[in-house]
Amino acid sequence: MGADGAFRLLGRPAPRTEAARLVAGGGAYTDDLDHPRQLHAAFLRSPHAHAMIAALDAGAARTMPGVAAVLTWDDLSGVVQPMETRHGAFPGLVSPLQYPLANGRVAYQGEPVALVLAASRAAAEDALEAIDVAYEPLPAAASAEAALDPGAPRAHPALPDNLCWAGEIAGGDVDGAFRDAALVVEETFRFTRHTGVTLEPRGLLAAFEPAAGTLDVRISHQQPHQLQTYLARLFRLPMTRVRVLTPDVGGGFGIKMHIHADEVAACAAAILLGRPVKFIADRLEAMAADVHAREHIVKARMAVDARGLITAFDVEDRHGLGAYSVYPRSSTMETVSAVRTIGAPYGMSAYRARMTAVFQNKSLTGQYRSVGHPIACTVTEVLVERAARARGEDVLSFRARNYTPVAALPLTNPAGVRLMDLSHAACLERLEALMDLPRLRQELADGRAAGRLLGLGFAAFVELTASGSEAYGMGDVAVAAMDTVTLALEPDGSVKGEASVSEIGQGIATTLARVVAEGIGLPAEQVRIFTGDTRSAPHGGGAWSSRGAAIGAEAAHGAARRLRAAILEAAAVLAQTVPDTLDIIDGAVVDASGQARFTLEELVQTALFRGYEFPEGRLPQLAVSHQYGRPQDRAIPTNGIQASLIEIDPGTGLVTCLNHWVVEDCGRLLNPLMVDEQIRGGVVQGIGEALFEACRYDADGQLLTGTLADYLLPMAGEMPDIAIAHVETPYSGSVLGAKGAGEAGTCAAAAAVLNAVNDALAPFGASIAETPVTPVMVLNALAQQAAA
Amino acid sequence: MKPAPFGYARPATIAEAVGLLAEGDGGARILAGGQSLMPMLNFRLSQPAILVDINRVAGGGIIIEDAEGTEIGPVVRHAELLRHCARGGHPLLAAALPLVAHAGVRNRGTVCGSLALADPAAEMPACAVALDARLKLVSSRGERWVAADDFFTGIYDTALAEDEMIAAVRYPPPAPGWRWTCTEFARRHGDFAIAGLAAGLGCDGADISAARLVAFGVGERPVRLADAEAALTGDGVDAAVRALDDVEILGSGEYPEAYRRTVIGTLLRRAVAGLCSRVAA
Amino acid sequence: MSGEAHVDIACRVNGEEIVDRVPARLSLVDFLRHRLGLTGTHVGCEHGVCGACTIVLDGRCVRGCLLLAAQADGAEIETIEEASRSGRLDALKDAFVARAALQCGFCTPGMLLTSAELLADMPAPDRAEIRAALSGNYCRCTGYHAIVDAVEAAAGLKT
Repeated sequence: MGADGAFRLLGRPAPRTEAARLVAGGGAYTDDLDHPRQLHAAFLRSPHAHAMIAALDAGAARTMPGVAAVLTWDDLSGVVQPMETRHGAFPGLVSPLQYPLANGRVAYQGEPVALVLAASRAAAEDALEAIDVAYEPLPAAASAEAALDPGAPRAHPALPDNLCWAGEIAGGDVDGAFRDAALVVEETFRFTRHTGVTLEPRGLLAAFEPAAGTLDVRISHQQPHQLQTYLARLFRLPMTRVRVLTPDVGGGFGIKMHIHADEVAACAAAILLGRPVKFIADRLEAMAADVHAREHIVKARMAVDARGLITAFDVEDRHGLGAYSVYPRSSTMETVSAVRTIGAPYGMSAYRARMTAVFQNKSLTGQYRSVGHPIACTVTEVLVERAARARGEDVLSFRARNYTPVAALPLTNPAGVRLMDLSHAACLERLEALMDLPRLRQELADGRAAGRLLGLGFAAFVELTASGSEAYGMGDVAVAAMDTVTLALEPDGSVKGEASVSEIGQGIATTLARVVAEGIGLPAEQVRIFTGDTRSAPHGGGAWSSRGAAIGAEAAHGAARRLRAAILEAAAVLAQTVPDTLDIIDGAVVDASGQARFTLEELVQTALFRGYEFPEGRLPQLAVSHQYGRPQDRAIPTNGIQASLIEIDPGTGLVTCLNHWVVEDCGRLLNPLMVDEQIRGGVVQGIGEALFEACRYDADGQLLTGTLADYLLPMAGEMPDIAIAHVETPYSGSVLGAKGAGEAGTCAAAAAVLNAVNDALAPFGASIAETPVTPVMVLNALAQQAAA
Repeated sequence: MKPAPFGYARPATIAEAVGLLAEGDGGARILAGGQSLMPMLNFRLSQPAILVDINRVAGGGIIIEDAEGTEIGPVVRHAELLRHCARGGHPLLAAALPLVAHAGVRNRGTVCGSLALADPAAEMPACAVALDARLKLVSSRGERWVAADDFFTGIYDTALAEDEMIAAVRYPPPAPGWRWTCTEFARRHGDFAIAGLAAGLGCDGADISAARLVAFGVGERPVRLADAEAALTGDGVDAAVRALDDVEILGSGEYPEAYRRTVIGTLLRRAVAGLCSRVAA
Repeated sequence: MSGEAHVDIACRVNGEEIVDRVPARLSLVDFLRHRLGLTGTHVGCEHGVCGACTIVLDGRCVRGCLLLAAQADGAEIETIEEASRSGRLDALKDAFVARAALQCGFCTPGMLLTSAELLADMPAPDRAEIRAALSGNYCRCTGYHAIVDAVEAAAGLKT
């Protein structure tokens, strides 16, 4: 930071430090390293959604060439405990034990049943075919909607029903608001499951050193410290004997926040056999057994008074969370997140959401990018545009009237969301300029006059980012919401740092390095930040909840200021002056006249190699550490608005997204280049959610979308250019003022697209309230109206 | 996701290749481009005893263009035929080949392999039927030429005997006055068609005097739309679309029969409009 | 392993003569990655959909997961390591870095090789042509916009 308080580095776009290596093919992902004595793991996975395992015969498999072992739960149970997901913030949470390998019963298709360890993955897969399992199929609980109906098949026969958790959020006089409403709009929304599809599948290389009793796990994961903590618990090892190392990570999106059964089983095998075990999930395993997300049926209604003001929401959410509540964070975090921010951009006096999360014989669901928020945003924004339309009013005018004004902040809304530092009106104004809205509307009118089925949709949003320690801490879940950064001066005057935030491609290591360089007064390239190794990086949260800039960067800034103070103090001793008269500019210590007194290299070499030059007791401390956890505000709200322009092909029902716009307020932009590309990537995941992606199961719980030919990921040809602009309202509770940005694109993109589809369908009196919107749904909507 | 073990042979001639097929007694599979076979092997849905890799058979990559049309060898890649057609080969193939998957797949996948696989949603079988292509099937018992229309017998099912391979396919030259196009509907660029249409119009001035319409993605094999062809030459495109009502169309859970019928109608209208505008020009 | 068929191969990989004996069923991408240590080529789906395993075989981009190592015999293979070292990707690489056209980097080698082939075949593609050409390569991080920008920039279309 310069003397005038202006940033030299922060706020400027900066490419990533790691990018040069990655474009040269120098990435080092989990599967890129082999251990000479490693065994390859392959899992026998359940073909049934729900079945008892009457018998399992691995005798033939054990004798096959290259096979070192075939393991079942009976083999593993001596070294590892089953996983029990608990979260104290969800009273009444039902959580059956999840076993790393099935214990007599399988509860979803793809559940690991047995584990083969062999000299090659091919040999391990050969052996899988020789394992003979006698399954006795049980009725499968597949439908979330029918999960609590009398007589519904039970996902877990030992439980009385399929209820995992039920809860309610309520504030204000909801019934009164609906009684007095001039307009009530309502809809039942269906959100189809989807999943993260990290291009690098999950994988690990686990090694156990029996003599030392140490477990080393190299794994593609977002939270090395969380994983270290829980592996230590599951294997009853001291944390100092568990090392988790995350090399380059090929995409996370929340999928790699969790602890999957197969990962625990592979670690257990490494301990049991005393051989390193490599497990790399293949794509079939990934589609079936990576956590999925967002299977919800939401019945929602919104009350509007005669002045056109939103007064209340009343919501019922049914969340199909799969066979188990995901370990260790619990799937019900998504349940609450799916309703918590409904209505959040708008003033409302009353709010009620009733939630039921139910078990199913399907893959687990868990936190996935923008956890729950896309559902809340879609519910809110579809109802908002419907209300505006019902009132014969422009959808943006209706929003503008209902936005929570800056003057009303901070406040806690009836849903219990603490709101501060938001900028809805400014974002809307910026969006209209970004889109050149008058011109665009004219083009829309012209296009429609020419017979084109064009639609323009908007979605305003509030996203809760950078979760504080309340989210998990109050539930007694060992998830750090704080971060640590350590910094040390190297003998050449550069700064080496270790951060507990994880670099998973989002560019946070580059941003933290720039925060540190800014905070000390160094050129950016003089600082390198390393992440992802629990042996060297101090404990902290990793990558989740869009927290890198909002929490990790605060820790980095704090560490930088400590190191700066230490440097100035050391320099002052050598220069026989006081620190206040000195400054660090561009890597050199300068005095009040601006005269360079020492380079950092000179200073640090004096400290490290010629300590006698310092007076006794004054040897400088040129290695520092800083921990930052936000003391206030459970989350940092961000806001923004997106718009999408789509065209429907009336002959096929295909929806094409022609343009997409985003205005976001993520507080102070530390590295706009990284922020914008996070947003664009997130938007495309949201468009995928709206138009393409679906984990479809049949009524018996059989996955129908098990390959990448069946699960439609957005590809370059179908995606639009995405224009982005920002409003910067710094978070008032931190030094740097950054808020979360990594999930904002996903938060509202699907809602904007769905609204655009419904805008195109509106002249036909048709609408759709299900995602993904398929061409068949669109043609049916058009045809029904034509028939009527 | 690794294949089950198999043997591997790399014959230098077609005679050697079909000899291996005969020896394999049903357990041998031809490996050409491998763009469909390799996934099936990786999924372990296909577990042949031996793969007969024909990529280096003598003359396998040959493209012959003469007065009788275009003849291609068994390992001519989609991309190679596309480059050939772009320089003046058959206009239907030139229109259809860019729709086949993606560049990386077209660089390796072979036209004959696509015909042998007989995926009902693929472009190449429909084009072969539309153009009255003839396929040269060779075994150690001898060779025979089969018309494309007789070759495709069902979903992934063909007239190929266990010991036969496609050694060549011959496309007749475009007839004078005919215009061709291939159009398809998929949700994403390069996906297999939910419905597709290979279409040719014989034009006499601005009038349509003859038509050839073959749909794909809608049946167990390429579907010749004979009634629509007749209606098109007599009564125009609306009648041709109405004639689709009597075509047997296979639906699936996600894309039901009625939906595919609508889409084929759309493709038919667009193909005709496009071709007619080209004729007028 | 006893009983499993093996095949002798000789090929050139990144300009180097390779002679080896490989299991018949070993895929080319696994051979490159785990026998030759060329881990810049990635494995994303093993069924030919994602494009992460793109390599250059006899001058053309192909999917390494849909080829057998046995089929490399007699072939000239180039992977991202050599394509990068040779300098032929420099304009693309620089543009990808400057434009932040990669995040996790897993798709990037395949994207670069496919983009280079596009620009060799079509020196001045428009955005739609770039998108169409890259549509066989999944990127889950960037949303593609920055990649299209970078390819456009590398093609010299942007100032």
